[in-house]
Amino acid sequence: MMNISRPKPGLSSSRFARLAETERPAVCIVIDGRPAEALAGDTLMVAILNNARELRESEFGDARRAGFCLMGACQDCWVWTVDGARLRACTTVVEEGMQIVTTQPGAAWANLV
Amino acid sequence: MGQPRVIIVGAGPAGVRCAETLVAAGLRPTVVDENRRDGGQIYRRQPDNFTRPYAKLYGTEAAGAQALHESFDALCGKSGGKIDYLPETLAWNIADGELHVTHNQRTRSLPYDALVICSGATDRLMPVKGWHYAGTYSLGASQIALKSQACAIGRQIVFMGTGPLLYLVASQYVKAGARVAAVLDTSPFMRRVAALPKLLARPAVLRNGLALVMGLKRAGVPVLTGITPIEIKGSPETGVQGVVIRDNRGNERSFECDAVAMGYHLRPETQLADLARCAFRFDHETRQWLPETGEDGRTSVPGVYLAGDGMRVLGADGAEIGGRLAALAVLKDFKCPVSDDELFALRARQAGMERFRRGLVQAFPWPAQQAAQLPDEAIVCRCEAITAGELRRTVCDKGAQEANRAKALCRVGMGRCQGRYCGNAGAEVIAHAAGVPLEQVGRLRGQAPVKPLPIAVSEEK
Repeated sequence: MMNISRPKPGLSSSRFARLAETERPAVCIVIDGRPAEALAGDTLMVAILNNARELRESEFGDARRAGFCLMGACQDCWVWTVDGARLRACTTVVEEGMQIVTTQPGAAWANLV
Repeated sequence: MGQPRVIIVGAGPAGVRCAETLVAAGLRPTVVDENRRDGGQIYRRQPDNFTRPYAKLYGTEAAGAQALHESFDALCGKSGGKIDYLPETLAWNIADGELHVTHNQRTRSLPYDALVICSGATDRLMPVKGWHYAGTYSLGASQIALKSQACAIGRQIVFMGTGPLLYLVASQYVKAGARVAAVLDTSPFMRRVAALPKLLARPAVLRNGLALVMGLKRAGVPVLTGITPIEIKGSPETGVQGVVIRDNRGNERSFECDAVAMGYHLRPETQLADLARCAFRFDHETRQWLPETGEDGRTSVPGVYLAGDGMRVLGADGAEIGGRLAALAVLKDFKCPVSDDELFALRARQAGMERFRRGLVQAFPWPAQQAAQLPDEAIVCRCEAITAGELRRTVCDKGAQEANRAKALCRVGMGRCQGRYCGNAGAEVIAHAAGVPLEQVGRLRGQAPVKPLPIAVSEEK
């Protein structure tokens, strides 16, 4: 299973950068089994991309993806809960204790070959 | 007959002003909006626990944003309110005089006598080699990250494309303390000079625009016009690393960055109008298909009206006027009294907005020629990683010269964005490969649901 990798040397560990509104209470979530900290009021996408550089693997194998439109139009930011529910990360508000996986659950079977 | 049942789709500038006008006439419209909060995209509201003041969030547009939000709050009221507001509700189909909506995985249909579609616009995108790498975002996305979440999309950002939003968002990033590596505009500077007579229809907006460019230059941001994008450099693993362009003298130049915000002005969201079976026409100036409407937003289908950027891209002020005009059209058609003075005054103001819009189209043209020059290996459809070469082979080898035929054979436009981000450019690639005029390629048909629904959705009886 391919998960979001740890950053390479020289690259920052997150894709997004917070510029303001950092006094909000912390929210703890789990991304691919690793604990991560977000802020109350973050979208799930912002929560993940302040901890990682990508959101998911393109199912067509071309590249890792980190979303595109942020307005619920492109659907490039789908992630999954550990229970297999699909979430559109840019329009979902982060919640304490969320457990997120960045690999499509079904896609794991097809890649077993 | 009792009061007409009016549904408004969208709670942005057009939808809010439409609702307000109907309420003033004694009606109680239903407002369906996909977002959590009102305001649409341009006046998007930050979450409740954010504290930045209006001036910081919306800059020169602060007064407009605040006025719109306060109007909507007044419509919602504290107890009951004057409208039926359905937030976080997706309008996904229109059939037999009913609007199909989904909220919290429950779907139901709402019958209407009049439907006002204020669906807004999304960024218009022209692909470039490498735009599928993580770190490439639409220009609108870069603004939402900042406005709604107080984040920058990267640590060193290139803004590439064309249109007034390019300068606005880049300036907002500079002001917020982000590092902007460059602003790269495909439109030649002389186009702006030529468009001046039309742009003078809104002198204050023009002045603001010029001030933004000056401000960027003062901040030391390279601002280049008349460029040609060549490639976004990067890797599938680490994402964007830089942008390569040709400048207006023909020299190749590179800009290091870890994020690119890209947009070529806007395209209206017309899927709902399409599902309502509104007639469309080809607009030669912007090279896209738009719904046919009268000046007040009446479509070819009785009872269906359009307003705001989902009809034609006039921006927030034009959307507010359009929302009011559509409301007056609804009232007139249902034989409610309408003030002709108000109607004529709104139409006169909207004529100025239209003149300015045409100035923007002239100053910041859609770079159609880039589609023809896209290298075969460049991805056109980001959703399913389909290249320009595959699309061209579909046209040349399989004879698919029509947009929907090409989509069926090679899936450009079939993916999860449903053609929103590849449709315009895909049609240009097809037209060039087939050697036919763009309008002959046709337009991608709108399909229900207009956005993917989870399979767990159930119907409410």
